[in-house]
Amino acid sequence: MEEKAKKDMFDKVWSFFASVRLAIFILITLALTSIIGTIVEQQAEPAKNIALLAKFFGDSTAPTVYNIFVKFGFMDMYHSWWFVGLLVLFSINLIICTLERFPKTLRLVRSPLKPLRENAIKSLPIKKEITIKTNLKKAKDETLNSLSASKYRVFESNEENSVQLYSQKGSYTRFGLYIVHISIILIFIGAIIGLQFGFKGFLNIPEGNSYSFAILNTGPLTKAERFEKGRILDTFEVFKSDITLVANRLGLPVDVLHAKMEKYGIRPLGFSIKCNWYNTEYYSGTDTPQEFQSELVIIENGREVIKKVIEVNHPLTYKGITFYQSSYGMVPNAVGVFVLKTTDKNGVEDTLRLRRGESFIIPGSTLKGTITNFSTALARDKQTGALTTYSETMVNPAVAIEFDSPDMEKFTGWILKRYPETGILPGGSKITFEDYWGVEYTGLQVAKDPGVVLIYIASVMMTIGLYAAFFMSHKKIWIRLTPETSGKAHSVRVSVGGSASKNRLAFEREIERIVSRVSHALEGKHPSKK
Amino acid sequence: MNSALFFDISAGAYIAGMVFYVIYLAFRNKTTGMVATSVTIFGFFSQSTAFLIRWVNSYYYWTASNPLSGFIESLLRAAPLRNLYESLVFFVWSLILIHLIIEFMYKNRSLGAFVTPLAALALLFINVSGTSQEIQPLIPALQSNWLLFHVLLSFLGYAAFGVSFGAAVAYLAMVTESRREKPYIFWSIIVGIFLIVLIAMSIDFLSITVAQRKEFIQNYFLKATLRSSSGGIVATSWVVSIAFIFIVWRFGLGIKKILTSLSITPGMLDEITYKSIAIGFPLFTIGGLIMGAIWANSAWGKYWTWDPKETWSLITWFVYALYIHARFVAGWRGKKVAILAVVGFVAVIFTYLGVNLVLSGLHAYGSA
Repeated sequence: MEEKAKKDMFDKVWSFFASVRLAIFILITLALTSIIGTIVEQQAEPAKNIALLAKFFGDSTAPTVYNIFVKFGFMDMYHSWWFVGLLVLFSINLIICTLERFPKTLRLVRSPLKPLRENAIKSLPIKKEITIKTNLKKAKDETLNSLSASKYRVFESNEENSVQLYSQKGSYTRFGLYIVHISIILIFIGAIIGLQFGFKGFLNIPEGNSYSFAILNTGPLTKAERFEKGRILDTFEVFKSDITLVANRLGLPVDVLHAKMEKYGIRPLGFSIKCNWYNTEYYSGTDTPQEFQSELVIIENGREVIKKVIEVNHPLTYKGITFYQSSYGMVPNAVGVFVLKTTDKNGVEDTLRLRRGESFIIPGSTLKGTITNFSTALARDKQTGALTTYSETMVNPAVAIEFDSPDMEKFTGWILKRYPETGILPGGSKITFEDYWGVEYTGLQVAKDPGVVLIYIASVMMTIGLYAAFFMSHKKIWIRLTPETSGKAHSVRVSVGGSASKNRLAFEREIERIVSRVSHALEGKHPSKK
Repeated sequence: MNSALFFDISAGAYIAGMVFYVIYLAFRNKTTGMVATSVTIFGFFSQSTAFLIRWVNSYYYWTASNPLSGFIESLLRAAPLRNLYESLVFFVWSLILIHLIIEFMYKNRSLGAFVTPLAALALLFINVSGTSQEIQPLIPALQSNWLLFHVLLSFLGYAAFGVSFGAAVAYLAMVTESRREKPYIFWSIIVGIFLIVLIAMSIDFLSITVAQRKEFIQNYFLKATLRSSSGGIVATSWVVSIAFIFIVWRFGLGIKKILTSLSITPGMLDEITYKSIAIGFPLFTIGGLIMGAIWANSAWGKYWTWDPKETWSLITWFVYALYIHARFVAGWRGKKVAILAVVGFVAVIFTYLGVNLVLSGLHAYGSA
């Protein structure tokens, strides 16, 4: 008795989850609720969204509405319990629906095709009939040829005086929709693996520096916590990835350090990453960036393992951790090194690395240069004609050099990186401004996501599945050959019937081709319509 | 050579084509129908020429600043699908292509009256929104092999959805019997809104100067009417719009008679609707969602961030997934699924333009 009740209960739950109505309900709900998160800015500063809400609800009620929204998780809704719950429900529904229907499809695909009776062939959705002057054997051979030319594996059945050839193609395309459904589940699994075993962090590395950890986003920290976080990071800088040494230095047990690192979002990489340089390449003569590039070096156990220039769309991966070029900026109050290339009048080149205020002798001359000034983005003001700096980032860097020579009066010239001709000196030598190194940092997105492999596999599966489900069809064809005699003439009546799971028009044309190939081979002309 | 001339010719041809299709629908004159089709085909070839010329020009533009780039790489980077202007142009091209295929497959040109206005809408939007038509340098994020395939397949998908929208609206117009019926009210309002936007953009087009067109997208869209700075004009525009929707609602039943007399059957429209969706859905899923996610992962290390563009494309996907399941599994038929097809395309428009106009995100490049 109890067993039966249990079974009834199970059946009820099963049929609830197996129902298409549930699927439809979930799809509608997901579509409608997803809209909320595109209007309310997600994971944003409260003030921003309160201002947005004030437009609809007025200034006085906006904070109250905001708090209600927070309770419903609208401010981070794609991670809220109810939205995740909907996705879980969606997955269960998808799995159960798939399990429910799969056996039927399997039976359909596995069941062998059987010959049909004359009447049954005539009642198929696609049918065609012609009569050809030939004998049965020839007609059969040509039909077999024609079918195998269209890649059909043909079965044969002999009846009283007629022959029936039948075949099917693409029965496996009925699995297409299951492949799509499974790939959606795989995407969910991949996402969960990514969340569980991966991380997404960032790292801003000034030129010439190296780090051995990534920073993850955390909740807001107090001032004391921020201070402690900074101390841990500084210690890491000294001891690199060696957690024991870091813990010793900080006077903390290793497990306490681990807990603190977790809290502050400090994720050790297991190796160090160094930024040799960062550079923004501009389309010539414009302020439109062409490429953001950083040269990165992976250092493990004190040894250089990999050196690579990364760009947007071309990241660097080492030991499952990938570094993406994502931003850049100026290091506050940094003092850098000017990298200048000198070319004397005979074409001999030399590279100089100098700080501001330092002097150098232009090779092959008596000219002495002194670096006196620098601008991140030099421009001449159109109205006043004065020189100005129009951007805080190195859009159009320029260095001012004061030239001094026994035979000339002192003069100062600006040399722009973008315009090499600004560095041509009287007397034929040249100075090229290569870089002001050590003042920029590269902003890297750091990600480890072991689930991505699964996402890629699922993507390939989904593509194949969608192709099979929407662009291919399960086609069945029956051809019955009946010899007919009228007087002395022998002829064979060819009756064709077919069905396709979709795109009937295309299959009709295919059948047309198969039949015309047969009649063409036997009679040398196109089939006569009957 | 300049692609603009060929493009202008094609735009003129499409708009003429739309006028002829509508006249054909109204007067059922065979010659007019032939003219509509011929003009549209002519426009299509002209636009294809423009597309190729632009591709070649962009190729030289790209190789000028990237001399080391190989032939295939340059070809991929130069594909003219790189900003809002180019994508809109390609949308129009795909829409006309799919429309012409359907016209020849079904040997019935009446659908043209429902599809060509969408092309006209897009063409006007290009002019009014002030999208830059210059060949622009490719920003670093877009320098990826995924760009061509992602955009190409997404927009073929969008165009197929556009055709399904036209067919679904025509279907609803044919099967609704009374003005009080909800599906009737639904389609007449949707058609009313589309026509109002079409007319309002035409007014924008006539009222703005060439200099103004170079400015930013949000500045001129519907500024002459519904978003005017003068309160009087705004109020008048709204009143006129509502009156217009009322007129569509009042006289919409007439469309049914016209369509029936053109030997269009609701069955045919229903078939065109679901066949277009059956083409659009896989293209959009593969090109838009899957390739977009893979590209995002290789550029930013995140394949899904719930950015508004991503979310809206997922919403669109939900709506069409709903259409397919409702129709093929739950056995919904007729008006209910036709309404879903209409809603789906509204979601497409929002994914494509609404997000860039109203919201912001990683795809912000589309707004320049």
